[in-house]
Amino acid sequence: MTALTVAGLTLREASRRRVIWALAALTVVLLALSAWGFSKLVGLNSDLGTMTSGEARLVASILLNLIMFGMSLIAAIGTAFLAGPTLAGEVESGQALAILARPVRRSHVLLGKWLGLVSFGCGYVLLAGIAQFLVVRATVGYWPPDPARGLALLAGETIVLLTLALLLSSVVSPMASGIIAVGLFGATWVAGIVGALGGALGNDGVERVGTVSRILLPTDGLWRGAMNAFQDPRALLQMGEGQQGFPFLSESPLTSTYLMWAVVWIAMIWGLTALSFMRRDV
Amino acid sequence: MASAEAAGVREVTSVAGSAAELLAGLPPSPAVWCSGLHKRYGRQTAVQDVSFTVARGEVLGLLGPNGAGKTSVIKMLLGLVRPDAGEVMLLGRPSSDPRSRSAVGYLPELFRYQPWLTATEVLALHVRLARVQVPEQERRDCLAVVGLSDRAGDRVGGFSKGMQQRLGLAVALVARPELVVLDEPTSALDPIGRVDVRDLVLDLKARGVAVLLNSHLIGEVERVCDRVVILDKGRVAASGTLAELLGQREVRLRLDGLDARAHDRLRSAGSLTRSGDWFTVALPSEDDGVTVPDLVRDLVGMGVRVHAVEPVRISLEERLLGILRHEDSAPRDAAAPGAGS
Repeated sequence: MTALTVAGLTLREASRRRVIWALAALTVVLLALSAWGFSKLVGLNSDLGTMTSGEARLVASILLNLIMFGMSLIAAIGTAFLAGPTLAGEVESGQALAILARPVRRSHVLLGKWLGLVSFGCGYVLLAGIAQFLVVRATVGYWPPDPARGLALLAGETIVLLTLALLLSSVVSPMASGIIAVGLFGATWVAGIVGALGGALGNDGVERVGTVSRILLPTDGLWRGAMNAFQDPRALLQMGEGQQGFPFLSESPLTSTYLMWAVVWIAMIWGLTALSFMRRDV
Repeated sequence: MASAEAAGVREVTSVAGSAAELLAGLPPSPAVWCSGLHKRYGRQTAVQDVSFTVARGEVLGLLGPNGAGKTSVIKMLLGLVRPDAGEVMLLGRPSSDPRSRSAVGYLPELFRYQPWLTATEVLALHVRLARVQVPEQERRDCLAVVGLSDRAGDRVGGFSKGMQQRLGLAVALVARPELVVLDEPTSALDPIGRVDVRDLVLDLKARGVAVLLNSHLIGEVERVCDRVVILDKGRVAASGTLAELLGQREVRLRLDGLDARAHDRLRSAGSLTRSGDWFTVALPSEDDGVTVPDLVRDLVGMGVRVHAVEPVRISLEERLLGILRHEDSAPRDAAAPGAGS
C-alpha cells in the first residue's frame, strides 16, 4: 500500500517536473534524425556500387544498435538523475521528514521509489524502442529478430543503473550519485569495448577487463545481449572476423547464468540500499 | 463430553472477557514515554539521558537554547533518528513499530512539501500514508483552519515560507492525530499566524489531543503548556508544571521610615534586596496566604510608612535564563532529570 502510494508519487513527480516531456522531446528528435538517416540508406550508392541487400541489413543492424544505444543512454541518464534526487534530495531538503514520520516502513518507501523509477525507465525504453523499430521498418523494411528480448534486456540495463544510482544517493549527495552512476555506466561500456578488442587480438589479459567490468556492473553485459537481439544474425557473417571488437555488434546472446547474476546483482544492491536507508538519520 | 467442552468455552470466554475489562479499566498509556535517550554525532554528544512523559491530552513544552538537542529528541521520538541508547513508546507502542505513529501528526522544523503537488494533494498523500479515511470536506476544513482554503488548488512550489509552514500544520492535523508534535511551529509566521497557532494548540488541548511543542517563543509556551521540559547541552536541566517551575514568588514594597527592627522583620520573610525605596523580598514558593499580609501589618505596627506593595511573578523566560546560567535559587525540581510525569 505504502509502496504503491510512493510509486505513484514518484511517477507523478517525473510527470510534473517535466522529466517525461524533456525525454519525449529528446526521443522525438532522435527518432526524426534516425528516420532521415535510414531513408538515405535506401538505394545508397557506395564507391563500390549500389549496396547489396546483405550490406543494407548489416548497415541497418549497426545503425539500429547505434540509435538504441543512444536511447539506452537517455534512459540511463534520465533515470539515474531522477533516482538521486528522489531519495537523497528528499532527505536533504527535509521533504522526507513528514513522510517518514507517518506509519510507514522505510523499506516500503524505498520499494515505492524503486518501483516508480522502474516503471518510468522501462516504460520509456518500451515506448521509445517500439517507435524506433517502426521507424526502421517504415524506412528500410528491417525488423529486429527478437525485439521483445532486446527491449527486456535494455529495460534490465536501465533497472541496474537506477538501482545503483539509488544506492549511491543513500551515501553521497544527490548530484554526485547521478554523475557517478552515469560515469560508471560509461566506464563499463568502454571497458566492454576494450575487452572485446582484447578478444579480437587474442590478448586474454585485456579481454578479462571487459569480463570483470561486466560482472561488477551488468549494464554493458545486458546491453550486448540487447544488441544481439536487435541485429540481423547474418550481419555478423557478412562482417566476418573483422566484427570482433566492433562496439555496435554483439557476437553472442546472453547466457542464463549471466541473466541470473544480473538479477542477483540488482537484489543485492537493493538490499544494501535498504539497509543504508533504514539506518540513516534524517 | 459436549457439556464439558461448552463449560470450557464459557470459562475461556469469561477469562477473555475479564481480561478485556481489566485492560479497559487501565488508564490509557501516555502519548509519549521516553527513557534514557542518548545520541552522539561523531564526537559530539547531542542528547544524554533524556527521559520524559507526555500524558494524553497534555501540552508539553520543550525549551532550551540552540543546540540543546530539542530537535534531535523529537526526531528520536518519531523514529527519524536512531538513538544510541534509550527507549521510546508512542501512544502505547514501541517506536520501532511504525503503527506507533498511526495517530501522530508532525510539523518538522525543516518544513518542505512536494513542490509539484497542490496543497490538497499533499493532504491527500498524508491521509493515504496514515491509512485513515478522512472525508474531502474534513480535509478542506483542515486547510481552512490554517488559513489556506484559498490556495487549496495551488502548487506548493509557489507558496511563501509562512504558507508552507501553515500547510505543515494542516498536514500535522489532517489524519485525526492523538499526539501532535510541533517543532518550532511559528518560526516563519507573522504575529497573526503565531496567535493562530496558539489558538490551534489550545483547541487541540480542549479536544484531548496531546501536544509536544518545541518553541523559542517562551511567551507562547507559557500561555499554552501544562508542563515544560528544559533541555541544556543535551540533558534535562529542569522539568515540571509551570507552577512548579515558576514557584518562586517575590513581593516588592516601597517603604520609608525603616529602622533596624523593620529590616530584620523584612529579612525574616525571605531574602531581601534593596534599590532606593524599593525592597524586594523573595517568598517561599507555596503561597500560605499570611506571609505578605502579616509582613505589612508588622511593618505598619513598627511605624514604617508603606507606599506600595506589588506582587512579582517570575516569568518563564527569567526562570529559563536562570536555569541555563545556573543561577538557580528556586527549587530545582519538580524536576530532577527524568522526573517527567
